[in-house]
Amino acid sequence: MARKPKAPAKSKAAAKAPANSGSRLNDDIGEDKRLKMFQLQLEVRHLETRAHDLFLQNLVKGTSHLAVGQEAIASGFATAMRSDDYTFCTYRGHAHTMVRGASMTAVLGELMGRECGLLNGKGGSMHLTSVEHGAMGSYAIIGAHLPIAAGAAWKSQYLGTGQVSVCFFGDGTTNIGAFHEAINMAAVWKLPVVFVCENNLYMEYTPIGDVTAVEHPAADRASAYGLPSIIVDGNDADAVYRVARDAIEMAREGGGPSLIEAKTYRHFGHSRADPAKYRPEGELEEWMKKDPIPMYRQRLLDFGIGENVVSSIEEMVMKAVDDATEAAKASPEPGSEYLFKDVWADGGASWRN
Amino acid sequence: MTEVTLVQAVSMALARAMEEDENVVLLGEDVGVNGGVFRATKGLQKKFGSERVIDTPLAEAAIAGVAVGMAAQGLRPVAEFQFMGFSYPGLDQIICHASRLRNRTRGRLSCPIVYRAPYGGGIHGPEHHSESTEALYAHIPGLRVVIPSSPVRAYGLLLAAIRDPDPVIFLEPKRIYRAVKQDVEDDGEALPLDLCFTLRDGDDVTLVTWGAAVKETLAAAETLDSRYDIDAAVIDVATLTPLDMDTILASVEKTGRCVIVHEAPSTGGFGAEIAARLAERGLLSLLSPIERVTGYDVVPPGARTEHRYLINEDRIIAAARRAVFFPEAPTEQDHTMEDA
Ligand SMILES: Cc1ncc(C[n+]2csc(CCOP(=O)(O)OP(=O)(O)O)c2C)c(N)n1
Ligand SMILES: [Mg+2]
Repeated sequence: MARKPKAPAKSKAAAKAPANSGSRLNDDIGEDKRLKMFQLQLEVRHLETRAHDLFLQNLVKGTSHLAVGQEAIASGFATAMRSDDYTFCTYRGHAHTMVRGASMTAVLGELMGRECGLLNGKGGSMHLTSVEHGAMGSYAIIGAHLPIAAGAAWKSQYLGTGQVSVCFFGDGTTNIGAFHEAINMAAVWKLPVVFVCENNLYMEYTPIGDVTAVEHPAADRASAYGLPSIIVDGNDADAVYRVARDAIEMAREGGGPSLIEAKTYRHFGHSRADPAKYRPEGELEEWMKKDPIPMYRQRLLDFGIGENVVSSIEEMVMKAVDDATEAAKASPEPGSEYLFKDVWADGGASWRN
Repeated sequence: MTEVTLVQAVSMALARAMEEDENVVLLGEDVGVNGGVFRATKGLQKKFGSERVIDTPLAEAAIAGVAVGMAAQGLRPVAEFQFMGFSYPGLDQIICHASRLRNRTRGRLSCPIVYRAPYGGGIHGPEHHSESTEALYAHIPGLRVVIPSSPVRAYGLLLAAIRDPDPVIFLEPKRIYRAVKQDVEDDGEALPLDLCFTLRDGDDVTLVTWGAAVKETLAAAETLDSRYDIDAAVIDVATLTPLDMDTILASVEKTGRCVIVHEAPSTGGFGAEIAARLAERGLLSLLSPIERVTGYDVVPPGARTEHRYLINEDRIIAAARRAVFFPEAPTEQDHTMEDA
């Protein structure tokens, strides 16, 4: 159980690397993964920004929770995961579902409640799930999915499949019982699960510091379960990738769970209904300077990747988002038959209604 | 008198109760500085201080349990769950302790708590955000389940709930939080718990309902009258438990017919309890089978299909007409609203 927090030390070393772009690109991450992480971050950013626009046009009903500003976490982890690993996430889960490979049309279609959606419009923004991509669900009940992720990890351990469960949640979640119960169990049973707290400084509207006994809501609790305290810059995809890789590798090799706190910030309010007026003046502006995407773009250029390569990814992503928007708009609304489907294993509810 | 919405009436009642009794404290997620998700506690922390309007961590089991501890020591906590679907982590405390402490201690300890939660569909919220599981709570001896359906009743019933010596599950129909405004006098007058409200007298059929469905039921009664010459009584149950069966029975004795309307799924819904009691005590008054217009036995669906799930005026009218025409079926030509 006594292991050291490796990752932060490594990322510091990376930052100090000599200004030789070629060697920096051929480091432990490399060009392919970096381009992938750049693309994933852009996909999430543009798709969510589009979702926001569609809201304003009343094409997306209900509420939704954007992860704009937090893209580096989903992208860094997805890049470190094996394709059969499991993702568990929250209602703020568009990013986590997309980065595992769910199509933009299916995600946008689900937000818009269309037939082409991941769940034929039945789950909506808060319940995105794509089992075939290992995205095992977005959970709208705080804390609920931590034990569920531990259960999935138990299966992997039992069958020796080598699959790792990665479970994302917010800072507010560290104060609910399920967080503590699940992490203790995972530690006792040395389960292959990585718990990732995306600390965006707020629960819903209340600053996390006002309602939490410790400064670092996840990292400061880790020692209670015999785990090292790990904090990573959640706006730096490379740093996230490195902690993710190490934690996942350790879990896969039977070394047990990790608890990682990724510090980040959401650019929008908690949900569509929230103008986020409770944020102190200047806070958003400070964090906009640490926006993960322009930062990463600059890094790619500094590392010697051509402007043309970077901008062609940008164009490709924009076009993909446009195409997905059109496809989702063209898809019909689900019929009433969905209302009565999949309530029981026989597929229906009509015999009861 | 002030014209207020249902959610404003909730705030008014909270403020009034806090002014009257310093033992009244509020707690919940984001209820203080930010005034809660639906702004029901807006401005109250400024007015009464952060010792009495408490922003809690995200921890429903602890919110429910801390309220038990406070109440058993003489305070009158009003705890908010942001949505009814988030009350379940607190169920253990509510069922095992809040509702039973009085009984277990032979009356030495009691729990004058109000657990408030917005409930029901109609705001395009998925699942837990549209839940209508009042029957779960109604099943628990020792709890009261109270559901206001207008600003006036929200004010009066919430005051009564706060002053009541037992734990109350106070469910606020969020679909009509801001639907209508009413004159509400901030006079500190509570309305009686354990009493149904007769909103409309009628001789032909009794419509029994609660929560947001009161809106469609009243509209259906108007249409039944104007279009079909059917005189429907409308009863807002308001306090589900303990249930005032006398008011319902008295009306059914007059009309001989009863339609129970609720948003929750039908199986094990609270309508089943009312129907059973009618069968027990009013069977010989009935001229037709009891009708139920309820949600379907499905999970509250997503935004796009919600309108197919929520009960509507048409379904209530059709049920009332079936009851009135029984044993004949309503005639084809005056069957649907579209025909008229
Ligand atoms: C059990 C439960 N209680 C309350 C809520 C309402 N709620 C939704 S999100 C949220 C705040 C969550 O904060 P955090 O864990 O930091 O995640 P973030 O939204 O910041 O990503 C709350 C209180 C809920 N979904 N589930
Ligand atoms: Mg947060």
